[in-house]
Amino acid sequence: MIPVSEQLDHFFTEKMKEYPTQRSFLVPMLLYAQDELGCLSNQAVEYIAGKAGLSQLEVRNVISYYSMLTTKPRGRFHVQVCTNICCQLRGAEDLFEHCKQRLGIGHKGVTSDEQFSLEEVECIGACSWAPAAQVNYDFHENLTPEKMDQVLDEYRSR
Amino acid sequence: MADLVSHPDEVKVVSQRFGKGAAAMDRYLELDGYKAVQKALASGPEWIINEMKASNLRGRGGAGFPTGMKWSFVPKESAKPKYVLCNGDESEPGTCKDRLILEHDPHAVIEGVMIAALAVGAKTGFIYIRGEYRYLVDIMRKAIAEAYARGFLGKNIFGSGVDLDVRWHTGAGAYEVGEESALMESLEGKRGIPRIRPPFPAVVGLWGGPTVINNVETLASVPHVILGGGEWYAKLGTPKNGGTRLFCLSGHVQKPGVYELPLGYNLRKMIDDVGGGIWKGHKLKAVVPGGSSVPILKADEIDLAMDFDTLMKAGTFLGSGGVIVLDDHTCIVKFCLRTTKFYQHESCGWCIPCREGTDWMKKTLVRFHAGGGIKRDIDNLNYLAENMLGRTFCPLGDAAAMPVIGMIKKFREEFEAHLEGRPCPFEEHGAAVEQLPVLA
Amino acid sequence: MADVTITIDGNKVTAPAGTLLIEVCKSIGTEVPAFCYYPGLSLQAACRMCLVEIEKMPKMQTACTVPISEGMVVHTTTDKVRQARKSTLEFLLGNHPLDCPVCDAGGECELQDMTFSYGAAESKFMEAKLHRDEQQWSPVVFFDRPRCILCYRCVRVCGEAMDVWALGVQNRGSASIIAPNEGDHLECEECGMCIDICPVGALTSGAYRYKTRPWEMKHVGTTCMHCGDGCKTTLGVRRHETGMQIVRGDNRDKSGINGDFLCIKGRYAFDVTHSDERLTQPLVRHEGRLTPATWEAALELVASTFKRIRDEHGGSAIGVIGSNRTTNEENYLLQKFARVVLGSNNIDHHRTADFPALAAALKNTQVRTAGMRDVFNAKTILLIGNNPTDQHPLLAWQIRNNVRLHKARLFVVNAQDIKLHRQATAFAQVPSGSEAFAAAFLAGNDSVGESVGGDARNALLAMRQALKGAEEAVVIFGSEIRGAQVKAAVNLASALNAKIACLGDYANSRGAADMGLYPDLLPGYAQTSSEIFTGHWGALPEQPGWNIEQMVNAARDGQLRALLCVGSNPVVRYNVDPFVLQKTFLVVNEMFMTETASLATVVLPAACAYEKSGTFTNTMGDLQVVKKAGDLAGTKPDFEIVIEIADRMGFDVRKLVSLGGGTRADMGQSRGAQTGEADRHAVWLEAQNLEPRMTPFDPAAVLDEIQRLVPGYGEASRLNVAAGNDEHTTALEAGQGSATSDPDLVVPSEDTLFTSGTLGRYSNTLHSVIESRRKVPADKKTPV
Ligand SMILES: Cc1cc2nc3c(=O)[nH]c(=O)nc-3n(C[C@H](O)[C@H](O)[C@H](O)COP(=O)(O)O)c2cc1C
Ligand code: SF4
Ligand code: SF4
Ligand code: SF4
Ligand code: FES
Ligand code: FES
Repeated sequence: MIPVSEQLDHFFTEKMKEYPTQRSFLVPMLLYAQDELGCLSNQAVEYIAGKAGLSQLEVRNVISYYSMLTTKPRGRFHVQVCTNICCQLRGAEDLFEHCKQRLGIGHKGVTSDEQFSLEEVECIGACSWAPAAQVNYDFHENLTPEKMDQVLDEYRSR
Repeated sequence: MADLVSHPDEVKVVSQRFGKGAAAMDRYLELDGYKAVQKALASGPEWIINEMKASNLRGRGGAGFPTGMKWSFVPKESAKPKYVLCNGDESEPGTCKDRLILEHDPHAVIEGVMIAALAVGAKTGFIYIRGEYRYLVDIMRKAIAEAYARGFLGKNIFGSGVDLDVRWHTGAGAYEVGEESALMESLEGKRGIPRIRPPFPAVVGLWGGPTVINNVETLASVPHVILGGGEWYAKLGTPKNGGTRLFCLSGHVQKPGVYELPLGYNLRKMIDDVGGGIWKGHKLKAVVPGGSSVPILKADEIDLAMDFDTLMKAGTFLGSGGVIVLDDHTCIVKFCLRTTKFYQHESCGWCIPCREGTDWMKKTLVRFHAGGGIKRDIDNLNYLAENMLGRTFCPLGDAAAMPVIGMIKKFREEFEAHLEGRPCPFEEHGAAVEQLPVLA
Repeated sequence: MADVTITIDGNKVTAPAGTLLIEVCKSIGTEVPAFCYYPGLSLQAACRMCLVEIEKMPKMQTACTVPISEGMVVHTTTDKVRQARKSTLEFLLGNHPLDCPVCDAGGECELQDMTFSYGAAESKFMEAKLHRDEQQWSPVVFFDRPRCILCYRCVRVCGEAMDVWALGVQNRGSASIIAPNEGDHLECEECGMCIDICPVGALTSGAYRYKTRPWEMKHVGTTCMHCGDGCKTTLGVRRHETGMQIVRGDNRDKSGINGDFLCIKGRYAFDVTHSDERLTQPLVRHEGRLTPATWEAALELVASTFKRIRDEHGGSAIGVIGSNRTTNEENYLLQKFARVVLGSNNIDHHRTADFPALAAALKNTQVRTAGMRDVFNAKTILLIGNNPTDQHPLLAWQIRNNVRLHKARLFVVNAQDIKLHRQATAFAQVPSGSEAFAAAFLAGNDSVGESVGGDARNALLAMRQALKGAEEAVVIFGSEIRGAQVKAAVNLASALNAKIACLGDYANSRGAADMGLYPDLLPGYAQTSSEIFTGHWGALPEQPGWNIEQMVNAARDGQLRALLCVGSNPVVRYNVDPFVLQKTFLVVNEMFMTETASLATVVLPAACAYEKSGTFTNTMGDLQVVKKAGDLAGTKPDFEIVIEIADRMGFDVRKLVSLGGGTRADMGQSRGAQTGEADRHAVWLEAQNLEPRMTPFDPAAVLDEIQRLVPGYGEASRLNVAAGNDEHTTALEAGQGSATSDPDLVVPSEDTLFTSGTLGRYSNTLHSVIESRRKVPADKKTPV
């Protein structure tokens, strides 16, 4: 039994053909599998190791390098607040503080209802529209604590 | 998604299609799309490289290496396949321009990759986009699929007999993977640890084959060079600094945003006119002119032409085009801490000076900014940074060291103002740092 | 490559272009410190310790990655270089625990040494240090994370050199760590290479940890007592209440045929020497039960019984079974004792390869035998049968690293898909039992094609093609090929102009064969009538004696009345029915109460190879020294036991061990039975004004005789062997051999990495590895 959907597995198989080595597509594969599964469980690691022709150790070595990849479950909505310099200059610290209060969790915390998780992240490429945050893959820019509340409420109601 | 801005001084070359729906193939074709690559096909590799050399286009990824020259290093004959790799890992704090290109003009990137491939005799190109930019990955996937559907990619492109593939790839969160050799490792499915150089990628790159690596903006500029001619492009800028580039204005300016300005544009003007001056009626304190890794400039040092050579003479770098503006309410120590924290977080950990140095500097700065600093710390921070500089395995170590050295040199008195338990003079309610580490 | 001349600190040096600068510096004695650089492993440029200034280069360069080129001007002692070294150490020490006095590597730590040499004494670091508890990763491997300096040597030696890939690097930046393959523990070959290569005290061994400090140990360089490969091993020895205890095994000076290498057995299975189950007292059967006796009583009983049986029933009523783990000198002495003292050719040993058949097949050919070094340098290696990864770990290492470092071509023919397939240029899987046909086919004999089957035939055909014109080749075959079939392997070697080697399983299997532990062959595979020996020893029984199976049958029939069994467990190896030996006067020299010992009439507690001196010959014919490291009160070396029996039988031992013309010396019978006896005996001899070298317990006297009489041993340099080097011997080429030897007598040990015949059962380390494996369900194995 493969842990990911057949569609995704098929997508991997096809995409892997574009590369000269079996392991090349590993990093995207991990990210897409994580998107579907929530995190890279032991089962997922085993599956991907088999797919990429690697030992599970080697797959874990790679997972642990990339900051977006995780072996621990996150919330349904993963709130990533950039506090790097450009955002910091425009109030990111207060924004992050506000998110902590609002969600009642800290850096890398998950709410008890598993709806939200929070992470202080490095620059996400929104420096000219700072401060900025990503919820899952969606960008939210020029944020203020008030705007952030709206954003969070909107996700909560989804 | 991100807001577009504009200013009369702008010279729109690489941004000319922004906001015009050019991500769609038909629209792109209406706006002169895929003409450059056909011209390149017709004119041959030598001509392409000559035009590129004439354009004085220098890499927009940070190092500013002349693109035409880089391409000319690729050996003509190679037993292993050659590749073109487009660097869309954009992660340098202060830099958010590749994102706009990928969003508004993905086909220009594809076209740039194709022209580079034709120039060096590669059959395959990869466009690597950082993992956080998923919506851009989706845009790029669609654009590539369309190009295949039209026969612009794949076998016998434009009926020329040439086969050419362009593929997309994505990262998963790592600044270091923007470094060209770490980028290749990542694309090969590995941890983003840089490679020993020499050999350089142009000779031994992806899977051992010669590889050209260029930034998104560099490659997106290529079709314009090809269509407008190298000489035309060169004249847009200053000598040896051809063309225009996307400057990302951020920080305490009234109108932050990404503006396309000719190389050599005056920095003070960029802040005062283009950026609308400092916000909230505050005064300018300092500018970091090329992304977080370049040495800082004080307010009175910014009458500078924004090109690679002038900035280098001024003791800093043009870098990735991120212009970060600091007003006089900013605490340099805190800014220095956040900058260092970034490098500490992003160091790949391979080499000792960077791995240990960034960690040590961060720990010291955390304590220092929280009021636990002693006088010796300032010299020690400088000592650590000086001993990283030029000794690490890849330039990330330098990137971490330079800002610290620069800030201590130019704002030492501000560091001293934090000493002996005094609270940060810029904080209203004392330091916002959560916990004071225990002294060893 | 062409030579170039460069300047290092003002000195001109000439070396081949492309040589790494660090190696050139080393060659002229210019020290360039290095953590991550390790010869033979991939380059990392990670530690930055080796930075030097090179003129015309703007930045300092890592000497470990720069290949030299003509005219390069290098500076290694400038202030800039000095400062770089110092600061790198400062960076490291920032987060490194500074508790050297309690660190296991204290005194042997490269970080400690470098800090001493390049000075980073004053600590600038005042932040909280990282602390993590030490972790146990396997029965032999412990990891202390904060001590790790991330030089990646362990990762590379495990992956690149061992081809195990059980260690990885995880996380990034200052959170980077070395991680084991199973999350919280390791599952690997447990070779301990990572521990030995670790420059600091981050990886430590379960066997040695915190037992002692390096400067409190005495180091004895000897030869491993486990498999047939003969790794050089340094044993760390420490005083203990029962004698001298061995506390560590490694290959300290990285010299010898194994260089860096040792497998788990060489490194850790020395622990059999201080097993609780060691026998330390002679036992004599009394009313059916084995009861403790004095050495005097036991030896007297043995000697008088042997003498009586010999005198009453003739020598052929007595048999002797020798050992695969006793020294050459002991083996030689034992068969001489059987033939000369007992007057019996009934002598054999547990055979694990058919050396006599190889000797016979080599007659009248140009084929020479290969030594272990040849395997590392050959351009082509053809391996037929055996699974060296399990059974010959050093051989596997030599093959792998020859392929990796010298690009040798490896061809593998095997019934199983063995691990060395990964290094192979070509691999042919043949039906079990058809290995010799495969060899014949490869040599050009098409008629045997049928016997190997269709697929295999095609693979072999391609291999035959690829082997054409092979240079500097070595053919290595396992015990799958024996008896008359050995000729096929020799023919193949002859066709390829290759050297040849045959794989026997134990530390001195080859020595047992070379020294004549055969009923039909004298030392050097000579016929029983060989004048070389009769000339020196006098008349010998001419008829070949009984082999092991015949001895067992004779015992059943009551014809074999006494059997001396030295360091061997035939009851298990040859499946002997215990009742068969009931009527036989069975004397067993043993370390442990084995299945064979438990049937004995007299059990004599024997010292093991780490507790005596002599020589071993590995399966490739390389002669190496065995030195006494440990010692255990109550035991005696087999050498001494045999001499004492002979002496008590009234035999003039000067005829057994050439003593020159000295006085017959007291052999210690009168003064208790402890080890160290020989040493004290030497003191006594000296006091009596007797030449100490004349002691009959000195194996060197027997080695003299071996070198004088055994063909193929004479050329070996004694000096070289004594100095701890290997000397290739050629008894196989020189001897007569026996083409008719019974192939069924060859019983391979089928050892794995974690077993070592009967002996291995008494190793706590091996035992705990096997136990820890049992806990993991088989389907959880990681694919590599
Ligand atoms: C730590 C580090 C991070 C980098 N990140 C990026 C990046 O995100 N995008 C980029 O284009 N170049 C980045 N670079 C520069 C690349 O190594 C390389 O010089 C560039 O992609 C070459 O393209 P160009 O010549 O078109 O500028 C980075 C360099 C370093 C040392
Ligand atoms: S300088 Fe060294 S540790 Fe830092 S990112 Fe580069 S290689 Fe990694
Ligand atoms: S455990 Fe030892 S050998 Fe391995 S990386 Fe750390 S210091 Fe180096
Ligand atoms: S390979 Fe053989 S000789 Fe070498 S250490 Fe292992 S058991 Fe001993
Ligand atoms: S610094 Fe926050 S997005 Fe760049
Ligand atoms: S020895 Fe050269 S960098 Fe480590």
